[in-house]
Amino acid sequence: MSVMLVFLAGIAAIIIWWMAQQRLTSRPWLEVGHVGQPGGGEQSQIPPAKIGLYVFLAVVGALFSLFISAYLMRVGTPDWWSTPLPRLLWLNTATLIVSSATMHWAKTEAQRGRGDTMRTALLAALATAILFLTGQIFAWRELTEAGYVLADNPANSFFYVITGMHGLHIVGGLVALGRTMTKAWSGPITNSLRLSVDLCALYWHFMLAVWLILFALFAGWANDFADLCRQLLT
Amino acid sequence: MVDIRSGAGETIPLAEVEDVELYHPKSWWTKYVFSQDAKIIAIQYSTTAIAIGMVALVLSWLMRLQLGFPGYFDFIDADHYYQFITMHGMIMVIYLLTALFLGGFGNYLIPLMVGARDMVFPYANMLSYWIYLLAVLVLVAGFFVPGGPTGAGWTLYPPQSILSGTPGGKDWGILLMLSSLILFIIGFTMGGLNYVVTVLQGRARGMTLMRMPLTIWGIFTATIMALLAFPALFVAAVMMLFDRLLGTSFFMPAIVEMGEQLKQGGGSPILFQHLFWFFGHPEVYIVALPAFGIVSDLISTHARKNIFGYRMMVWAIVIIAALSFIVWAHHMYVSGMNPQFGFFFATTTLIIAVPTAIKVYNWVLTLWRGDIHLSLPMLFALAFIVTFVNGGLTGLFLGNVVVDVPLSDTMFVVAHFHMVMGVAPILVIFGAIYHWYPKVTGRMLNEAMGQIHFWVTFLGAYAIFFPMHYLGLLGIPRRYHDLGDATFVPDSAHTLNAFISVMALTVGAAQLLFLFNLVWSIWKGRDAGGNPWRATTLEWQTPQTPPAHGNWGKELPVVYRWAYDYSVPGAAEDFIPQNHPGLGVPTRETGS
Amino acid sequence: MAVVLILVILAVGSVVFHLFSPWWWTPIASNWNYIDNTIIITFWITGFVFVAVVLFVAYCVFRFRHRPGNRAAYEPENKKLEVWLASVTSIGVAAMLTPGLFVWHQFVTVPPGTTEVEVVGQQWLWSFRLPGANAKLGTSEIRAIGDGNALGVNPNDPNGLDDLIIEGGELHLPLGKPVKMLLRSVDVLHDFYVPEFRAKMDMVPGMVTYFWFTPTRTGTFEILCAELCGTGHPQMRGTVVVDEEADYQAWLEQQQTFTQLLAASEDQTKIASSTSSSK
Repeated sequence: MSVMLVFLAGIAAIIIWWMAQQRLTSRPWLEVGHVGQPGGGEQSQIPPAKIGLYVFLAVVGALFSLFISAYLMRVGTPDWWSTPLPRLLWLNTATLIVSSATMHWAKTEAQRGRGDTMRTALLAALATAILFLTGQIFAWRELTEAGYVLADNPANSFFYVITGMHGLHIVGGLVALGRTMTKAWSGPITNSLRLSVDLCALYWHFMLAVWLILFALFAGWANDFADLCRQLLT
Repeated sequence: MVDIRSGAGETIPLAEVEDVELYHPKSWWTKYVFSQDAKIIAIQYSTTAIAIGMVALVLSWLMRLQLGFPGYFDFIDADHYYQFITMHGMIMVIYLLTALFLGGFGNYLIPLMVGARDMVFPYANMLSYWIYLLAVLVLVAGFFVPGGPTGAGWTLYPPQSILSGTPGGKDWGILLMLSSLILFIIGFTMGGLNYVVTVLQGRARGMTLMRMPLTIWGIFTATIMALLAFPALFVAAVMMLFDRLLGTSFFMPAIVEMGEQLKQGGGSPILFQHLFWFFGHPEVYIVALPAFGIVSDLISTHARKNIFGYRMMVWAIVIIAALSFIVWAHHMYVSGMNPQFGFFFATTTLIIAVPTAIKVYNWVLTLWRGDIHLSLPMLFALAFIVTFVNGGLTGLFLGNVVVDVPLSDTMFVVAHFHMVMGVAPILVIFGAIYHWYPKVTGRMLNEAMGQIHFWVTFLGAYAIFFPMHYLGLLGIPRRYHDLGDATFVPDSAHTLNAFISVMALTVGAAQLLFLFNLVWSIWKGRDAGGNPWRATTLEWQTPQTPPAHGNWGKELPVVYRWAYDYSVPGAAEDFIPQNHPGLGVPTRETGS
Repeated sequence: MAVVLILVILAVGSVVFHLFSPWWWTPIASNWNYIDNTIIITFWITGFVFVAVVLFVAYCVFRFRHRPGNRAAYEPENKKLEVWLASVTSIGVAAMLTPGLFVWHQFVTVPPGTTEVEVVGQQWLWSFRLPGANAKLGTSEIRAIGDGNALGVNPNDPNGLDDLIIEGGELHLPLGKPVKMLLRSVDVLHDFYVPEFRAKMDMVPGMVTYFWFTPTRTGTFEILCAELCGTGHPQMRGTVVVDEEADYQAWLEQQQTFTQLLAASEDQTKIASSTSSSK
């Protein structure tokens, strides 16, 4: 559970940082009268949807941290045979990086108010994300055809479950992106559209980061770390 | 030493803030069924939770009948008994308590108490309820499928939960249970995002964090905990579904089941327990923290006195929440995990006792030199203090690793957790319903029925669970369908079991009276007016009762003071509402 | 006023119940009276707190109940009082935790010279294995379970051949000798629990867990399963008998070794195959 605890420590640090600005040591009974300004002082200027997404990403982060924790507690048991990484995964990783980069491009274009290039960028992001998912499915097929099926070995099981869970989150992102794109094609750039593109980009970067961590995990780069954790936790 | 930022009587232009985008319902369906109004969603959540809670209540009757009078009721065989305890536990903990506190009270009270028009994401809020309802239906479907619901105990420990020696293990039961939990978590996440972001971004002007009522602090903190803890259950449920359906070995070691070697091997049942309790322990506080918060407000309002040590109460909530994430393995002292963990987890567990004790002291110190109105909410709050202190103290037995060894898995544990996270929070729920029902319906609940309900519930529940500890001390294990002849058990223990069963039936019957009161008072209850308890918090200051769509009429309230200005020296009334600019009475500095 | 009276009765009644109830722990039969002592300390501390809080609440309700014209005092906080209360609580908690951790250290530290006994749980039966002449238990392997080898003793491990195996029978233990119970399960979670010994531990398939104790009086005790293991959970009973040394040795003589069991099962299969071939 060490990875989860590290993740929680990170969340706790953010919460503490935030709480430190909230005057939690003030004596509210002494402060009669209006405090603060509209939209300031009591609340931050960040739009609620963005805060909502941050909180959601914390939940998703917890989910993957727990999967990784479970992986690390199971890895290296006597019946564990590491799954070979299909070379295709490198290509998929590159695709996802491109997807994330184009999302970022879309975001900057939206801020600059250039509708056409933004729409191109969004299309490119959508296409690369779909390409990534297709690539993942091909990687699965490659593995199953090579005999690495789901139930044979815990390494395979974890690989399929965790990559599947990541894929599902990308699919969810595609739904949000689809909604943003209908908005982008149906009118001029509004603040709400800008926000939607911004949120999509944030989500894309986050899912890329999760993928890079997972990729490192499956590639075995995390094994040294896993050994350390196991020593701490068995 | 403290800056009072603006003086008395200063005029402040109202409602400069942008109006929240409110969804305006167009038809009866979108107004009352697929509603996006948090108040309607709250009522939907509460009704569903109470309805499924009644199922769990009936299940508890059935199992108490079996335990009190073994052999008299043929239809409760071992299979059924285990199915009953499993469904009873899971329903009560998740589908009743979590859903009612966060989905019910959270939805109703957060927007009203922080001065918002509605939740920030009303659409997700609506989805949250419908997914919750779907989860409940999937859960209940377990009773109607071949093999019945799962009988693995609410902890669902593998391997037995997915093997044939357990009812539902190789049938539909466990699949429906896991699917229902996954749905619940998805639905809850949607609602939870709302509760958190509304508290962060939806507060009215002047509503600083330190002016929020403790109810909101409790619900807010519990929601954050739930958002971070439920993923553990999600992961465990997904992995167990794979083990059961697709033959993976996440949790399945090599096993010979009924003389047959299973294919799976190498998995770790302990891994499941870690994941389960990483959710399961925070879950206790997910239920407890809203109760802590609500009971603070009940005591303060009905004792006409500010909550004693407000700042300490807030800090205690936050500290308890943080600590509760590093105590989970105290449920696993005898699970076979590395015994060295025992030292760490016993220490963290007992440390939690300190902030919890501070909360108890502050509740009773609020009563000290108060003006205690013995209304029904106050009675329930007092009963909460008694049962919570009792259950909390027995937690010190079970948290102290070596004391847990003889007591774990006995009736002592059953008595402990029922007292502390069953009876105590449910008493708060009752108190809260008696307290806020007038706001929800505009009418008071019937007092006479309420008195009967209170005394039977409180004394009956105490008479059920206090003696039960001693059965555990004697050594009677929990989850025994039939104790049979055990040489170390005296006959008197069977008499005690019969007594407990009779009490359980009685307490259950009193709940029927309560339900009747809920329905009856909608039409026949005494008219309540807008603020029958003369309370300070914002929900009592709405222009209409029950509050209309959008809560606040044209202009949002502005908050001028904290939530506990009761009996302020020099004020004319013994309460000053939070949105009352009034004279900024110079309050005296105390105690520092 | 009824509230005050009932709260007082409840506090006093709980104490009276505690003192006079006929339901108390079973007479101890192991060295773990330290555990009992820790429980007693915990009862004293928690009992005091419970009674104090409930009586205080009762007093508050009595003294400060609403009467016309009353007005509550105004006191937002009292730091000194809160710090004082927190400190006293911390001391009380430490007074329970410290002995607890010491005893836990004893509980998990097996003294040298302890004999090992293996307990194997399966749905819904207890079996036991004791070391044979060479005083060593052989290794075990779930995949080895089969005819004549219900416990999965590794047939290739010479240490295991002389192990004594008791399937579903009584376990006997010598009085006054520390014993380490090695706990194993072949199917689901079980928990080896003898109320008189105070100790218990889950048995987890795929792992060997343990606890140790010293039997301190002779007698026959009931083994219960304390971890839900399916519908037969309450019926999963066994018996452990604590004997004087001589009786124990006499009992030990009668037990069958792993080799004998294997041979017996081979004979049976031979008989079975010969009868079937003669037909």
